[in-house]
Amino acid sequence: MLLTDSSESSIKSFLRNLSPVDQVGADSRAAMLATRSIKTSSKLWAIDTAISMIDLTTLEGADTPGKVAALCTKAVRPDPSDSSVPHVGAVCVYNDMVKIARDHLDKNGGNEIPVAAVSTAFPSGRASLDVKKRDTEDAIASGATEIDMVIDRGAFLSGNLEKVFTEIVCIKEICGERAHLKVILETGELVTYDNVRKASFLAMAAGADFIKTSTGKVSPAATAPVVLVMLEAVRDYFVMTGKRIGVKPAGGIRTTKDAIKQLVLVNETAGPDWLDPKLFRIGASALLNDLLMQRMKMKSGQYSGRNYVTLD
Amino acid sequence: MRVDVKKTYKLFIGGQFPRSESGRSYELLDAKGNFLANPALASRKDLRDAVVAARAASEKWASASAFNRSQILYRVAEVMEGRREQFVSEVMAQEGVTKAQAIKQVDAAIDLWVWYAGWCDKIPTIFGSTNPVSGSFYNFTTPEPVGVVAAFIDGSSSLIDIVHGIAPILSGGNVVIAIANEEYPLCAITLSEVIATSDISGGVVNVLTGRTEELTPWVASHMDIDGVDGSGLEMAAYETLKRDGADNLKRIYRFKAEGSPQRIISFMENKTVWHPIGI
Repeated sequence: MLLTDSSESSIKSFLRNLSPVDQVGADSRAAMLATRSIKTSSKLWAIDTAISMIDLTTLEGADTPGKVAALCTKAVRPDPSDSSVPHVGAVCVYNDMVKIARDHLDKNGGNEIPVAAVSTAFPSGRASLDVKKRDTEDAIASGATEIDMVIDRGAFLSGNLEKVFTEIVCIKEICGERAHLKVILETGELVTYDNVRKASFLAMAAGADFIKTSTGKVSPAATAPVVLVMLEAVRDYFVMTGKRIGVKPAGGIRTTKDAIKQLVLVNETAGPDWLDPKLFRIGASALLNDLLMQRMKMKSGQYSGRNYVTLD
Repeated sequence: MRVDVKKTYKLFIGGQFPRSESGRSYELLDAKGNFLANPALASRKDLRDAVVAARAASEKWASASAFNRSQILYRVAEVMEGRREQFVSEVMAQEGVTKAQAIKQVDAAIDLWVWYAGWCDKIPTIFGSTNPVSGSFYNFTTPEPVGVVAAFIDGSSSLIDIVHGIAPILSGGNVVIAIANEEYPLCAITLSEVIATSDISGGVVNVLTGRTEELTPWVASHMDIDGVDGSGLEMAAYETLKRDGADNLKRIYRFKAEGSPQRIISFMENKTVWHPIGI
């Protein structure tokens, strides 16, 4: 059933044999799961779980060492006034900020928090394989232990699957045991759910440790049906190979409600095993503040405001 | 024979007209005790949504020039004029007054709105100051808006009190969450429709209808509300509000049912600037 070799024809026949996605069914199942109501102690658990799954991200042209340092401080201790809040899953930055982030985390008690770097000519992926390899080498050398790579969507959409596959394999080789590889599919550019499912399997077969929805630079990003399709792909891949691949929705998840909906999707699709930062991450920046404000509300009984959380 | 198109009375949050998140409504009777309408019964989550919408709109409204704010508020009066008939019939139904009395109140309310609109660019001149200091500095004090203000609308009239509750808060550059009087919600809903079709952007004015008693503790404890006009509360409830609202140092006041610039500057705080002379 799985790939026999990495030739174009073998990849194509592998992907052709995948069961297709029922678009209407996926939409309605995602909408149905979004109506679940999570309250009181379950909500508090969900908030803390979501915090521990966040890849706290800053990917702006205007990022400064100071901003990255502030982000790292927040990653270690999201709410300075409450030590019971767990630390986040990882810090996600551009290549040149990896060292700054690593140093700052180490100095502030965040040794166990990994630094993720976006790589391979993020966000467009429009560079030669050579440049992409060196980009990845550079990030790992600076201390990144998670690599978020983008696939070549142009190649995927024009049917050049071997190119996409080979690139992922090459980057995975560089990562080896040193870094986790997350493969960004940029679902907003893949047009159909069938393409999302195909790209998910392509990435997993090529060696991805995680499949990630989006760069955050394209809208729509992590919509519920797309995450559902990817979680189903991960579940099916586990049945086929016995290997658990992680999922990371990123982009557009801004409120506690959105985050809890994602957790419901995970539990109901891939199963409770995936409710773990090792297998599920949420790429976000503004989300953390909303989670913290909701947490304050649950603890103190009064609604909080944005004056009580940090700006970035 | 035509079937009437009955109106659904909704809340006004962030420039939109949602039903209450809770799905509840309450029965409103007219002055004679007959059924009049089913206004929405706002829940604490509607209040929370209104605060989020208000906070998001606050910066833009506060940074508009005073003159511009004044023009935008005047525009509201223009649109109110076009809804005159509807206001008159609502005042008559709710208060049980004659048409002549209702017209008088609507006229007075529109004039009062214009009066508050005029205050926008006079407030800094009249309540700000140039301070004498020993040193080579100019020293100015100007009042600035505090941010998000909730207003419990009084019930001594069905329209004028709404203008007293909303317009002065806006003219100081604050954004408002108006909690309509339980007995007299209709004109507040109509005014929200006026505001939605004037130049005020979404979130600057939010109108909730429902039980004052239910919403008061949540207004008091909300850390993102900066001030409260408690004119529409009973004295005991007002005292509780003042105590519970102390946590984030809310400015909490109540006012007599008359026009006064005190209603504007109560929700402003003074900023003093030192500017070196000769630079």
